[in-house]
Amino acid sequence: MTGPRPPRSGLAAVRLWFAPERLREEGHTPDYRFSLANERTFLAWLRTAMALVGGGFAVDQFLTDTTRPLRLALSLVLLAGGALCALRAINHWIRCERAMRRGEDLPSSRFPVALALAVGVVALGMVLVVAFGWGV
Amino acid sequence: MPEGKGPVGNGTRDPGLQPERTRLAWRRTTLACAVAASLAGRQTLASGIGPIPLLGLALTVLAWLTFLGLAHRRIRTLYVPRPPALSPRAAVVAVACVLAMAVFGSATLH
Repeated sequence: MTGPRPPRSGLAAVRLWFAPERLREEGHTPDYRFSLANERTFLAWLRTAMALVGGGFAVDQFLTDTTRPLRLALSLVLLAGGALCALRAINHWIRCERAMRRGEDLPSSRFPVALALAVGVVALGMVLVVAFGWGV
Repeated sequence: MPEGKGPVGNGTRDPGLQPERTRLAWRRTTLACAVAASLAGRQTLASGIGPIPLLGLALTVLAWLTFLGLAHRRIRTLYVPRPPALSPRAAVVAVACVLAMAVFGSATLH
């Protein structure tokens, strides 16, 4: 591998979002099937993000029996989670793509655990609100 | 482009059906995007009809149409034996559509 190698920071990954030619300069093109699998994983994360965003709207529109601050808080948490999930999806996709081009190990991530815990907490809160009438 | 020279398979068709699966992944993501856009559209109109809600609705529809067009173009590039990887620009646009919906919708929360 020749040429400048950018630092392995998140900022370098963000710069890669907007410079596809920089990505192609790195390493060599992996088997197309690996790239397609990476793309499908990206799309799956994007669907997760869309589900969270849609859930945020659903809370605001259909959980009308709750107090306004609680409803607003739940909505905003879900919307922010969806936006975060979408941003993380592209960041992880580009880092995986770059790792495959360089022949490195795929990046590990704590995000799935954090998201699972957050969704669990929100779901538990929802059950308390809807089934037991907390905050109504 | 060399045809049928993959490490597996004997013809132009990948036995793992990777391009087909990727096309279907784009399709169902477009569908998920339509569901989210419907909820976002309903959200913008929930406070009544007016210039601001209608603008929110138009932007939501625009975000979905952008995603639909992006998915359509990507799907068309997947019909060759060795499809190129997704471009980072397309990925950025796809993410921007999701972010746009979240932002337009959150501006109209009750």
